[in-house]
Amino acid sequence: MKQKSIIISVLAAGMAAAGAASAQTIDSVKGRNELVCGVSGGLAGFSAPDDSGRMQGLDADYCYGLAAAILGPNGNVRFVNLTAKERFEALASGEVDVLSRNTTHTLTRDASLGLNFTYYNFIDGQAFMVYKSLGVSSALDLDGARVCVQSGTTTEANMADFFRTNNMSYEQIAYDTSPDTTQGFENNYCDVLSSDTSQLASIRSELSNPSDAVILPEVISKEPLGPVVRQGDDEFFNLAKWVLYAVLNAEELGITQANVDQHRGNADADPAIKRLVGTEGGMCKLISSKLDDACLYNVVKTIGNYGESYERHVGANTPLGINREGTPNALWSKGGLLYAPPLR
Amino acid sequence: MVVVGTLYLLYVLVSNTVANLRDRSIKTSFAFLEETATFAIPLNFFPFWDFTLGESVYWDVFIIGVQNTIIITLLGIPTATILGLTLGVTMLSPNFLLRKLSTGFVEIFRNTPLLLQLLFWHFAFFPPIYNSLPPVRESILTGGMVINSAGIYLPAPTLAGSAGWALAAFLAVAAVAAVMLARHAHRRRMETGVGLPTGTYIVGIFVLALAAFMFFFGDQVGVDLPEKKGLNYRGGMRPTKEIISLWFGLTVYTSTYIAENVRGGILSVNPGQSEAGMALGLSRVLRMKLVVLPQALRVIIPPTISQYLNLTKNSSLAVAVGYPDITNIWLGIALNQTGQALIIVFMTIVVYETINALTSLATNLYNRSVQIQER
Repeated sequence: MKQKSIIISVLAAGMAAAGAASAQTIDSVKGRNELVCGVSGGLAGFSAPDDSGRMQGLDADYCYGLAAAILGPNGNVRFVNLTAKERFEALASGEVDVLSRNTTHTLTRDASLGLNFTYYNFIDGQAFMVYKSLGVSSALDLDGARVCVQSGTTTEANMADFFRTNNMSYEQIAYDTSPDTTQGFENNYCDVLSSDTSQLASIRSELSNPSDAVILPEVISKEPLGPVVRQGDDEFFNLAKWVLYAVLNAEELGITQANVDQHRGNADADPAIKRLVGTEGGMCKLISSKLDDACLYNVVKTIGNYGESYERHVGANTPLGINREGTPNALWSKGGLLYAPPLR
Repeated sequence: MVVVGTLYLLYVLVSNTVANLRDRSIKTSFAFLEETATFAIPLNFFPFWDFTLGESVYWDVFIIGVQNTIIITLLGIPTATILGLTLGVTMLSPNFLLRKLSTGFVEIFRNTPLLLQLLFWHFAFFPPIYNSLPPVRESILTGGMVINSAGIYLPAPTLAGSAGWALAAFLAVAAVAAVMLARHAHRRRMETGVGLPTGTYIVGIFVLALAAFMFFFGDQVGVDLPEKKGLNYRGGMRPTKEIISLWFGLTVYTSTYIAENVRGGILSVNPGQSEAGMALGLSRVLRMKLVVLPQALRVIIPPTISQYLNLTKNSSLAVAVGYPDITNIWLGIALNQTGQALIIVFMTIVVYETINALTSLATNLYNRSVQIQER
């Protein structure tokens, strides 16, 4: 009899787990009044806690924005720090609602992991960093080099392609975490450290003597980084995409965190602006009937437009100092690649 | 009822997993094992199974991972045993300095986490030593060896064609001969009380076998010398810095546990035994070797087997120092490149399970042979 009850409870638990996968994410976020967001948690400029313990960065901002769209301005976010290796299982198993962890969009990940990639909040590329004392000025001089990388990233595969194409050999030394990789580089266990350019800038700024190291000019890959959600909940997928598009459209339209209230109060505003701040068109209701008409207004009210978020965390006046002008991360109208579909 | 229940439980687990994977559109298949691996694996000290970028498939990655885990286990167990035995005996030494030094050593390394120790050896202890060596461009070249801050490259013997199998065959014959000789010597001592210089004879047998091998296959033996290629040297044989740190760390950590087993085992032998040895006029070393240790081994071996198993499992911390063991390159890199979590995790479990079952079996057999033989 006892065994029977054990079997039944196991069975019930199995069914409950299977049921959770198909639940509507927006409902469950509202139910617990909290968005659970998977981030790196240790990458300055993207997601790292500030002095007061609040998560800050471009990736963290996206979580605040998405939470605001569902729960209203300054909606609650619970951050879960994930390593590169853990991240996809954490999302697929429902441990987090959304993954905003400088994750590169690739075919394998998109097609085989049961995930949906939304859009990009940072367009990056892989590069190499060496110490000046090595006397190398181009990535094509790296034949025979020992290279430190963080395991569980697209970095390894890009590098293999690059060295193969150029008929060069190399030795890869893979570490588990970004700090260990940096330690390996600093202790001369490798000649080169390879990662996305933005990460190299972040690591270089933390070296004991940043001017000793130099980032080589070659960018060897495309790394479109952006938020990821689970497959099977199209409503939430649509919302996740349009939160990103909304901050880009807001920048295009000149809507900022400071003037968004003014736009919302202005009955004679441009129709495009009115649709974004929710005074016309009922855009949010089209995404989901569970959302408030002001959902995209709440996003901009909480994190500002994309440009503001960028300048706050990775722009020229931050320790990372990545100048936006002339890079792919500028708006399409300013020669960049970030292009959001029209909000109509 | 229990069997039916267990089977049903298994069925529920499997079917539930399959259903969940389907619900989440996660595709699982063994086909990826035949795909070309999209990353590089560092070469190791003895690359039995080589990796070629652009040609090797995921199967090769798996085999190399297993191979590297076995290599570190086979290196770590003997050194940890020797160091542990030495520490355990010296902890009971009448010499004050020796006793306190080994006790202090054991206490420090037994009471701190292994991960911390590995990071300490790899990022704090070894780098100053390596960095005191000249940079690659000013390498010391001597006797076919290359020494620089990237490591020490030794000339490596190479075996062409079937010479490798021939060498294995010659060594196997020599090993059989050595075992037969040892048995003969034992019987002779039992019957006549006169022993043989067995050790010298055994060395002689192996020297003979190698000489015979060189006579017949000498022309197929070559030497692979390290040479400069690009920024670093290539070829030859090189104990990588990663394997040195991991080997060192695992040896020190495991030896402290073995030392405690040894100390406990020795103390469990009745002091009267040692006193009896003293009365016979045996020296301290002989008393330990002939009277105390044979009895203590019965107590020492079972917990030491557990330590061997722990060493195998602890080698999975290799990723902290960048050593390419199975956890690092298979469970880490390959899993992330392919996304085949279910299959990769399952295969990894099977590998650790098998290695540990074999270690356990071998040491249990040995344990049986030293147990009290009741007649």
